[in-house]
Amino acid sequence: MIQSKNISKKYGKTEVLNIDSLEIPKGQGFGLVGNNGAGKTTYFNILLDLIRPTTGTITNNNVVVNESEAWKTFTGSFIDETFLIGYLTPEEYFDFIGDLRGMNKADVQSFLAQFEEFFGGEVLGKKKYLRDLSKGNQKKAGIIAAMMGNPQVVILDEPFANLDPTTQIRLKKILKTLTEDREITVLVSSHDLSHVTEVCERIVVLDKGIVVKDIQTSAETLEELESYFSV
Amino acid sequence: MIKHFLRLEWKQYFRSSYWEKGLALKIIMGFFALYMMLSFLSLGIFSFFIIKKTVPDSDPLQVVNSFLLFAIIGDLIFRYIMQKLPVMNIKPLLILPIKKTKLVHYVLGKSVFSAFNIFSLFFYIPFSVVLINEGYDVNGVLGWLFTMILLTQCGNFTNFIINKNNIAFWALAIVLVGTIALQYYDIYDVTVLSQSIFDGLVVNPIFVITPLVLLIILYIINFKILKGQLYLDDAVKQKVKEANTADLSWANRFGEMAPFIKNEIRLIWRNKRTKTVFLMSFLFVMYGLIFFPQKTYQEMPAMLVFASLFVTGGFVLNYGQFIPAWESAYYKMLMSQNLSYRKYLDSKWFLMSIMTVVLFILATPYIYFGLDKYLMIAAGTLFNVGFNTLVLLYAGSFNRKQIDLNASGFGNTQGTSAKQFIVIIPVMLLPVGVFYAVYFFLGLNAGLITIAALGLIGLVSRNYFMNLITQKYIRDKYAVIHAFNQKA
Repeated sequence: MIQSKNISKKYGKTEVLNIDSLEIPKGQGFGLVGNNGAGKTTYFNILLDLIRPTTGTITNNNVVVNESEAWKTFTGSFIDETFLIGYLTPEEYFDFIGDLRGMNKADVQSFLAQFEEFFGGEVLGKKKYLRDLSKGNQKKAGIIAAMMGNPQVVILDEPFANLDPTTQIRLKKILKTLTEDREITVLVSSHDLSHVTEVCERIVVLDKGIVVKDIQTSAETLEELESYFSV
Repeated sequence: MIKHFLRLEWKQYFRSSYWEKGLALKIIMGFFALYMMLSFLSLGIFSFFIIKKTVPDSDPLQVVNSFLLFAIIGDLIFRYIMQKLPVMNIKPLLILPIKKTKLVHYVLGKSVFSAFNIFSLFFYIPFSVVLINEGYDVNGVLGWLFTMILLTQCGNFTNFIINKNNIAFWALAIVLVGTIALQYYDIYDVTVLSQSIFDGLVVNPIFVITPLVLLIILYIINFKILKGQLYLDDAVKQKVKEANTADLSWANRFGEMAPFIKNEIRLIWRNKRTKTVFLMSFLFVMYGLIFFPQKTYQEMPAMLVFASLFVTGGFVLNYGQFIPAWESAYYKMLMSQNLSYRKYLDSKWFLMSIMTVVLFILATPYIYFGLDKYLMIAAGTLFNVGFNTLVLLYAGSFNRKQIDLNASGFGNTQGTSAKQFIVIIPVMLLPVGVFYAVYFFLGLNAGLITIAALGLIGLVSRNYFMNLITQKYIRDKYAVIHAFNQKA
């Protein structure tokens, strides 16, 4: 589904990302782990054509992301709160995105109804603008918006950060069901090793922009990761 | 798609968290716009007859044509200073299924309707109507009018290309000054060139093709530049500059105020808008050059006092106005620290006073214009240090609008509210008024002494007033924190 070849990003002389080859097959639950500055967000930003790579290309479902914009129709993503439109209410925001993704109001309604529990009564119907919601509630809105319009690829940067424990558990459930029928590719980055091992079937560890581990998740994975990071 | 964009902008505008508070400013701007439109409109209608009357044996259209080149260069400079690319928060839209080309077309298309392009139409259209009415060749006039409209748009798009470039600004300014100088000293008559260009157009309206082609080229250039910038590390994200850590340990001698003063210096030096304000205050020193040499103002000492206040007041006025909004981004953090409010405000007072004294020293050459002018500046300095610093600090406690320090400085009205207009009354009009009253009855020296005395009173009773101001800041703390949290 997603092929990265020779991807590198340099700012001046410092290289922040250098991936020779990374292939993510369709329907995989893919986790990206690494310390601060490991290049997780940079990789996602290049994948979303938000920054240009210094070398190499990423292909998303046969679309070279920095050459065509066709990938946007089947890719949903949420990076951080700055990608929300602060002066809209959550409902308006969902309607807007639904509109762009070919959903009518009724579609949006029924789509949102599935996530009532996830929102925990804190997002919808509060008559508040997105900018006035708490960080966690903003995140909830952004994550759900990334799943609108039947995307084939869902990209979430640090989805567990800022969420309360209950919502974290609910999010894990949602992510697992997403990859259940092997149709949707889910890319998640996280600092939380236990969450990511629970949700993802494959985990790639980045360190200073380089892939240092590429593991199929098993019972020992969490332990392996913890020992890797506890230096 | 355009419908979506327009709806989003409409909401953004009306849901801006200080929309209502900014209403007074919007009304004032509205009146200003109306005034400009009416001025241009009446110019458009009447200039034909005015020119006809003042220069009887001339063709008014040719007279207008001969000055058009100046108008175009002047327009570009005006735009450079005032006009900004229409901004749109594109970041959330980048990851949605919206074509980048559409975003760019929309942003550029929107700029076509900018007020800067509309104002001049209020001149060109009625002027053309009058011309046709007076029996000029209809095709010629229409060709001329379309050329003007296209050239205005060319100016619009040229501005976006050169806007980020300081060199372009100075080049333009030099061209303008140069052409005026050439004209003034009879070296080369630019009006002849200008007239021949635009007269030719009236005769051969087909030349309207030239600005049209130019406009299309400019649009394509803009389009390419903008499209290439739709990346987080370009347009959206500011370039990361290497931090320069100057040694500010010399400021330690200020004791308890030192950390604040150091921070304030870094604040001023490391942010665009504050840096502009800082550098502008040196330009203000030259303000006297406009007034002092002119014969007309020698009989109007009130105007000279007004100018004198500006000579040393550049920093106090421009920087002091927005205290503490400069620090709006982290005001909350400051308030949660163990800081003495009084020391915090003292440091700002100190900084403003020092800067005013520095500017006063720089103004020493004004002695050349006579001792009386220099005394005016000295009195103005005392007033700025003693009186205006306190008034502006007090007025600062009413500041309720956050300022984004990273935005550009020129013509940036962020953080401006009706308050900024009201505060002009005590800091500028009061001293001029008092001076004039005393001068009227007792003469120049008495007037200057009064102003200086007002400043001295402020200096002597500084402690008392600073206490009052501190209390006011403490009282308003919560309201200010709340207001600074609201983003545009």
